[in-house]
Amino acid sequence: MTARSFSRRHLLAGAGALSLAALPSGRARAAGALTVGFIYVGPKDDYGYNQAHAQAAKALKGMPGLEVIEEERVPETNAVEKTMESMINLDGATLLFPTSFGYYSPYLLTQAKKNPKIQFRHCGGLWTEKDPKNAGSYFGYIAQGQYLNGIVAAHASKSKKIGFVGAKPIPQVLNNINAFLLGAQSVEPSITCQVIFTGEWSLAVKEAEATNALIDGGADVITCHVDSPKVVVETASRRGAFVCGYHVDQSPLAPQKYLTGAEWNWLPIYEDFIAAMQAGKGPQNFVRGGLADGYVKMSPYGPGVSEVARKNADAVKAEMMKGGYAIIKGPLKDNTGKEILAAGTAYPEKAAELESTRYLVAGVKGSV
Amino acid sequence: MSDDLGLWSVLLAVIGGAIRVSTPFLFVSLGETITERSGRINLGLEGILVFGAMSAYGTAVLTNSPWAGVAVAALSGAAFGLLHGFVCRLPRVNDVAVGIALMLFGSGLAFFLGKPFIQPSAPPLPAIPLGFWSSLPQVRAALQVNVLFLAGAFLSLVLWWAFRNTKAGLIVRVVGDSADAARAMGYDVDRVRLYATATGGALAGIGGAYLSLSYPGSWNEGVSSGQGLMAVALVIFARWNPLACFGAALLFGGAGALGPALQSVGVSQGYYLYYAAPYVLTLALLIATSSPDRALAGAPGELSLSK
Amino acid sequence: MVAEAALSELSAAPARPSRGLQVRAWLARRSEAVAIPVAAAVTGFLLFGIFLAAQGKSPVQLAELVWRGGFGSAFALGNSLQRAAPLLFAALCVALPARLGLVVIGGEGAIVLGGLAAAAAAQPLAILPAPLAIPLMACAALLAGAVWIGAVGWLQAYRGVNATISSLLLSYIAIAIATHLIEGPLRDPTSLNKPSTLPVGEAFMLGPMPGLGVHWGLGCGVIACLVAYVLMDRTTLGFAARMAGGNVRAAQIQGLPVGRLIVGFTALGGAFAALAGFFEVAAVQGTANGTLAAGYGYTGILVAFLARQNPIAIVPVAFLLGGIEASSGLIQRRMQLPDATVLVLEGLLFLVVLASETLYGRFKLFSPHLWAAKRETAPTPTPSVTA
Repeated sequence: MTARSFSRRHLLAGAGALSLAALPSGRARAAGALTVGFIYVGPKDDYGYNQAHAQAAKALKGMPGLEVIEEERVPETNAVEKTMESMINLDGATLLFPTSFGYYSPYLLTQAKKNPKIQFRHCGGLWTEKDPKNAGSYFGYIAQGQYLNGIVAAHASKSKKIGFVGAKPIPQVLNNINAFLLGAQSVEPSITCQVIFTGEWSLAVKEAEATNALIDGGADVITCHVDSPKVVVETASRRGAFVCGYHVDQSPLAPQKYLTGAEWNWLPIYEDFIAAMQAGKGPQNFVRGGLADGYVKMSPYGPGVSEVARKNADAVKAEMMKGGYAIIKGPLKDNTGKEILAAGTAYPEKAAELESTRYLVAGVKGSV
Repeated sequence: MSDDLGLWSVLLAVIGGAIRVSTPFLFVSLGETITERSGRINLGLEGILVFGAMSAYGTAVLTNSPWAGVAVAALSGAAFGLLHGFVCRLPRVNDVAVGIALMLFGSGLAFFLGKPFIQPSAPPLPAIPLGFWSSLPQVRAALQVNVLFLAGAFLSLVLWWAFRNTKAGLIVRVVGDSADAARAMGYDVDRVRLYATATGGALAGIGGAYLSLSYPGSWNEGVSSGQGLMAVALVIFARWNPLACFGAALLFGGAGALGPALQSVGVSQGYYLYYAAPYVLTLALLIATSSPDRALAGAPGELSLSK
Repeated sequence: MVAEAALSELSAAPARPSRGLQVRAWLARRSEAVAIPVAAAVTGFLLFGIFLAAQGKSPVQLAELVWRGGFGSAFALGNSLQRAAPLLFAALCVALPARLGLVVIGGEGAIVLGGLAAAAAAQPLAILPAPLAIPLMACAALLAGAVWIGAVGWLQAYRGVNATISSLLLSYIAIAIATHLIEGPLRDPTSLNKPSTLPVGEAFMLGPMPGLGVHWGLGCGVIACLVAYVLMDRTTLGFAARMAGGNVRAAQIQGLPVGRLIVGFTALGGAFAALAGFFEVAAVQGTANGTLAAGYGYTGILVAFLARQNPIAIVPVAFLLGGIEASSGLIQRRMQLPDATVLVLEGLLFLVVLASETLYGRFKLFSPHLWAAKRETAPTPTPSVTA
């Protein structure tokens, strides 16, 4: 036996004593207070999707009679069911916001059936009349923001090529790509948009490489749809390209090159849900809206936005604020030459067809 | 202004990507070469890389000096290396397993302590415009070479020379090839390995600093996608030769740039498979260059990996 | 360490000690095998407590939350068991090859491919009744995993490619192939924003285990661990494998088919890992999608090493880690600590348990000879490990 192992023994003995201190204890909670639980798929300060929700959650925290609990980096596996159950059983949450798209089926549906007294509202627009009445969906028409991004981008672009870094070719991303280009083409019909998919929602090096490849291909305004746009914004601005933001305001990352950005504004939705709960009613099952409803907003214009661009974008924004704006309207062809919509037809913002977009409009370089 | 370069742009992107992406692979694989040459394997360099990225970024934010960040990353990397070296010198402790533990511990600690540094911006490391002679913006961008890349290239040359021609290099090699021989010559095997692992850790920390302060140049929890682990694989097919590490890192970085570049010229189907190209390439090269009779050319004799 | 254990058993065999001594030796070994890891785990918790205290957080509160979140109630236990289920399979994919001296870290790839194979097989099997089709889906998964990790063994045995590295590379490649198939040829066109394969259908889904509320992956995982234990420690095949892991040359001289043993046991490990994917599809998700790569394969490495590659020990270790992960949410919510807290704790535990490997055979308390002889003489001041 050496002296070394002697001191180690002491450590071990001390550790044994500590484990006895772990005793369960109850938890008192103010009666009547409403507890809401937020569940995020990634870190809540990702400069992106999760942060947009977490910002709203933070803003709610001061409200009287309200307790906000949060859990981050919950995977889209049955772990999220346990998180929901734990928030319900151990924290007394009665309103849950599982914010990631993949939480809905089967996890949220299972828990909604199991806990009929608890309200579940899921971010993404998946709820239908067939689903439990204590579940529901909310979502924002952020493609409107990408359309405005496109207008500003077209004014700033000299090469008439703009670029989009997408995660996966799913309808939500495709709608954003289409809107970005259509916005740009409303200013300059010859403009094209190159898209590169990284294949993952968060993959820093690939996002940076994709941004570089877009700029090497001649694009001089970049935007993206990935969970955390920080890398895309910083890389693009370092390469001297202009950049439009997504999810939250990223202007502090590129003060000179940031034109504007499409941001979520979840706070009004959450406030409505909570107000309904506090009034003793069930919150709405299906809530969707765009700029007009205040669920989507634009970042303030950066220094690279010209006066003309500003006026143009503001005019379209005013149009959108009236509600029912249609970005996808005929005559419109996809980038393989197939007709999407005939002249005189349109998919206005509430159109269900937008949920199953499987095309990229003419002028987008890339494939679904 | 930017003419369509067509397929040339893919080649250019691969070259540019090789330069941009390879540096972390280079530093980690050089560090691992030193460690493995001494007869130990440290699989934990991934954790050290992530911690290095965080500590470099955090330091750069706080001090406004990216070089202070690199220094702190190197120091913290060395500390983790010492931890690995110290635990592994205990008899019967498996170095591969300790490496895996360190990977978990290093990344966990980096995520834990790195939360406050996700939002702020840090000053990046400087780059040298080696493409000034070209009028093509793509070429200029591709040859925007970071100082750390050049340092890494130089270091691989120095290490290659030092392993052959210096006493320290010789001692490390002897310890790695036969602990008994080294003991007979009067060297303290454990101490040499401790220092070699610490040096390896320091280099991996610098690789992390490149990730957060140069390219992609930001700190978040997804900044590394397994570069530290892959670099360990690169060491094996570089046959523990620092110069070959440089080549392997370039090759791997270039292969990683292939996927996005192909999409930008219109090859847009099956990109998941292109994204796997670096792994397929590495595996194919490993299979092609390994031999069934287990004696890997150039493998340190004491390495648990090659036993 | 595996090697030395096997060797010491070999060298001990010819001595033929008395039956009483054998029993005592067995007892001593077992108590050592329990006391040292437990003491190490406690040390890990203690170190973590110091770390927390340095952050200004209460370690006692954390310990309480781990208890409440992971073990202290029926709900907490169910939560831990659910999380433990895939880890059992994933850990076996590490533990079996480890007995042959191979460190396989690419189980994640086998899990993903196993899940995909099960989901893909469900479509042509739809004509069969569920009791027939579900086992066939499992077989498809087993086959995919066995081929994938078996290839790792084959490359090691016949091409000399290191198993650690090749399994890692193959795991990345497997995930790329699976994602390509899930978002391409095998995609259910109605899976809009969450690309998935066609659902396997309600009829082909496994329900929860009665009374537990946890899916059948848990029960099958425990059985798999028992089977692996019997195979490894109670059969000639397992003995041959351990011998090959201990000393390849000696095994070859004995005429053991080392190459085939390596391929066989890696394939078996891969098949087990694939079952985790199968249950993820057939008991949890109902389709194969990107979340199959949830990291179980990597946590499985941790479990296997903490269990010292012993298939029986995998069961409690997976349960413990499942409990720690189950308490992660509570720790985040109650202590305002980041999610990475649990990673730090796991990393520390892992490091300390690995370091404790060096303590085996150092304590006279666990020495069978001490127990056998000189019982009458005054006992030497033996160090006692209290835990």
